[in-house]
Amino acid sequence: MATAMDTVLDMRDAIAEKEEGEAAAAKVRKVDRDQRQTVGVPFVDEPRMTCREVNVYYGEKHAIHDVSIDVGKNEVLAMIGPSGCGKSTFLRCLNRMNDTVATCRVTGQILLDSLDIYDKKVDVVPLRAQVGMVFQKPNPFPKSIFENVAYGPKIHGLVSNKTELTDIVEDSLKKAGLWDEVSDRLEQPGTGLSGGQQQRLCIARAIAVRPEVILMDEPCSALDPIATATVEDLITELKTQYTIVIVTHNMQQAARVSQRTAYFHLGDLVEVGPTDRIFTNPRHQLTEDYITGRFG
Amino acid sequence: MSPSMLVTVVLALSTLAFWQGKRRAFALSRQASTTRMHSRPGYYGMLTALWCAVPALVIVVAWQSASDPILTRIVMDGVREAKGALSPDQLNLMINDVRNLVSGSIYSQNVDPVLQLAAKRYQSMMHIGNMAMAVLALSTALGTAYYAYSRIKPTLRARNHVEMAVEILLTLCSTIAIFITVGIVLSVLFESIRFFQQVPLTDFLFGLKWSPQMAIRADQAGSSGSFGAIPVLTGTFLISGIAMAIAVPFGLMSAIYLSEYAGPKFRATVKPLLEILAGVPTVVYGFFAALVVAPLIRDIGLSFGLSVSSESALAAGLVMGIMIIPFVSSLSDDVINAVPQSLRDGSYGLGATKSETIKLVILPAALPGIVGSILLAVSRAIGETMIVVMAAGLAANMTVNPLQAVTTVTVQIVTLLVGDQEFDSPKTLAAFALGLLLFIVTLVLNVIALYVVRKYREEYE
Repeated sequence: MATAMDTVLDMRDAIAEKEEGEAAAAKVRKVDRDQRQTVGVPFVDEPRMTCREVNVYYGEKHAIHDVSIDVGKNEVLAMIGPSGCGKSTFLRCLNRMNDTVATCRVTGQILLDSLDIYDKKVDVVPLRAQVGMVFQKPNPFPKSIFENVAYGPKIHGLVSNKTELTDIVEDSLKKAGLWDEVSDRLEQPGTGLSGGQQQRLCIARAIAVRPEVILMDEPCSALDPIATATVEDLITELKTQYTIVIVTHNMQQAARVSQRTAYFHLGDLVEVGPTDRIFTNPRHQLTEDYITGRFG
Repeated sequence: MSPSMLVTVVLALSTLAFWQGKRRAFALSRQASTTRMHSRPGYYGMLTALWCAVPALVIVVAWQSASDPILTRIVMDGVREAKGALSPDQLNLMINDVRNLVSGSIYSQNVDPVLQLAAKRYQSMMHIGNMAMAVLALSTALGTAYYAYSRIKPTLRARNHVEMAVEILLTLCSTIAIFITVGIVLSVLFESIRFFQQVPLTDFLFGLKWSPQMAIRADQAGSSGSFGAIPVLTGTFLISGIAMAIAVPFGLMSAIYLSEYAGPKFRATVKPLLEILAGVPTVVYGFFAALVVAPLIRDIGLSFGLSVSSESALAAGLVMGIMIIPFVSSLSDDVINAVPQSLRDGSYGLGATKSETIKLVILPAALPGIVGSILLAVSRAIGETMIVVMAAGLAANMTVNPLQAVTTVTVQIVTLLVGDQEFDSPKTLAAFALGLLLFIVTLVLNVIALYVVRKYREEYE
C-alpha cells in the first residue's frame, strides 16, 4: 500500500513540476475561486470511499477542480448542481468509467476502503464489480430479463451451478422490488418492460454482482413520477446494505432519499452537509441561489 | 415532326407554362383586392407546367406504343391480299423484310415489288401518323395548360396538388422497379418451361452428369446431351463455401477491430482501404487467381505430394473470399457502430472486459445486421462469374475436393450463351433453367436468413 501511495505522490510531483509554468496562472484562478472553497465538512468518520484533491481534465478542459469528499458507509450521498457542473464526471471517476473516454485524465487520490483505485496495479474489472453503476437512461441488454441479471454473476464466475445462478437472479430481482412483477416472465426480453421496470432491472443487474457501492447517474430522469417514487423507495431500502452515491437534478429527490448532499458548481465542490441542513440553511451563497431556484 | 422533337417541344412549352403560371399567381397576389393566395407562386407555375406536359406526354407514349402494331397489321393485310395465303413463319419473315426496307438496311437488288410497295405504304402512313400525333399532343398541351392557367385563383390549393403529383411520381418509380423484377423472373420462367418441355424436370434436378452438347443434325456424333444440374450446383456451393470460409472470419474480425479497438485515425484510413478491395474489377481478381494463386496452390500441393489441377476450386474460392471481405467488414462495422454506447457502458459498468462485452452484448445486438451482411456476401459469391471462369475451369466434375477443377452455375450460363446460338435448342434453354435454379436458391437462402434474423433478433430500441 505504501508503495502505491508513493507512486501516486511521485506522479503528482511530476505533474506539479511539469505544470510549474502554469502555476502562477493557477494561483490567480485559485484566488478568484476562493469564494468557492468547499463550505461544510466533506469528511466522515468511517468512510467507504475517500476522495482527495481530485482533478479531471478532458483534453485541455479542466472539468473538476480539487474535489475532496468522503462517502460514508450505508449512506446515500446526493450530488446536485446545474447542468455541466461536473457531478456526473466526478461520479464516473468513482468506478473509473472515465477510462473509456480517451481524452480524459484524472489526478488526485480516490480510495475504496483504503485501496487506491487509480493505482496502476488495480484491475478495473473487479473494481467495477465492487462499485456498481446505474445509468441515466435505462439500458437493459437486449436479452431476457433472467439473462440481464445473470450477466454479471456469469462473467465474474460468482456461481458454480444453475441453481446458485437462479438464486442470485431471484434475490437481486427481489431486492430491486421487481420480482413480483416479472417472476412469471423471466424469459421475455428486458427491453419489453416499462421504463421504470427497466431501470429497476438495471439496479437488479448491478446488485447481482454484490457491489459495496452503487453509483446512480440521474436514475429517474427518464421516468414518470410513479416509477420515480418506486425507485426512490428502493434506494431507501438499499441503503441498509449498500453505500449509494446519486447524481440528481431533482432537488426534492435529493431531499427525499439522501442523508448528505454535495453541491457542485462549474467543477468545484461548493458545499457539503447533512441534507436537512443544506436545504433549510445553506451556508454558501451559490448553494442558496441554486436551491431557491435563482439559477440552474 | 419526329417523336423526339415533339417531346422537346412539349417540355419547352411546359417550361413556358411554368413561368406564365408563376407570373399570373404573382400578379394575383399583388392585387390588393384578392385574398391571400393559398400557395406560393412557384407552386402555381409548377401545377401549370405539369398540366401542360403530363397529358401530352401520355398521348405521345400511348401513340408510339400503339401505332406500330396497327400499321404492321394494315400493311400486312395488303401483302396477304397480293400474295394469297401465307404460313405464320413466312409472314413473320416478310414483316422483317418490310421493317428492314423501312429502316433502309437492305440493299439487295431484287426486292419483291409487293414488299417494296408495302414498305412505302408503311412509311407514308407512319409519316401521317406522326403528324397527327404532333397536332394532337401539342393542342392537348396548350389546351390543358390554358385550363390550368385559367384556374389559378387564391383558393386553388396548388401546393397540395403538386404534393400529390410528387407522390404519384414516386409511386410510379417504385412500381416500375417491381414490374421489371417480375418481368425478368417471368422471362426466365417461360424460357425454362420451354426447356423442361424437352428435358424432364427430374433429369435436370437430380441428374449427376452435366454435358450440354447437343446434336444439331441427326447424323452428328458424340452428342447425347445430359442436363443434370447437381455437379454444377455442387461446384457453386463448394466455391461459395470456400469464399465464405475466408470472408466471414476475416471480415467480421476486422469489423470488430475497426469499430471497437482501432483509434479514430486508424479507422478513417483503413476502412476506405478495405473498401477498395470491393472496387477492384472482378476480371483483375480473375487474373490474380489464375496466374498467381492457382499455380501457387499447385506448387504447394505438389510439394506435399498431392495432385492439384492447375485450375482449382480452392484458388477461385480463396480469391473470391478476399474480394468479398469488404462486404462483410464494412457493413458489419456500420452495424456494430450502431449499437448504442449505453449498452457498452452498462456492460463495462458491471466489470466486463472489452472482449466479454463484444462477445456477450455487442455481437448479439448486432446479429441481424451481421447476418444481413453475410447474406449479401453469399449472394455475391454465388453470383460471381469472372473469377471462376478464369481460375476454376469449365469441367463439370462432381466433387467436393477443393483441389480439383469444378464449374459453377454462372460459368455454365456464360459458356452456354457465348457465341452463335439457336434459341430453341435445349442447350441454350438450359441457361435459363440454370438461371431460374440460381434465383430460387438465393431466394431460399434469403428467406432462411430472414427467419433466423427474426428469431434471434435482440431489440435494443
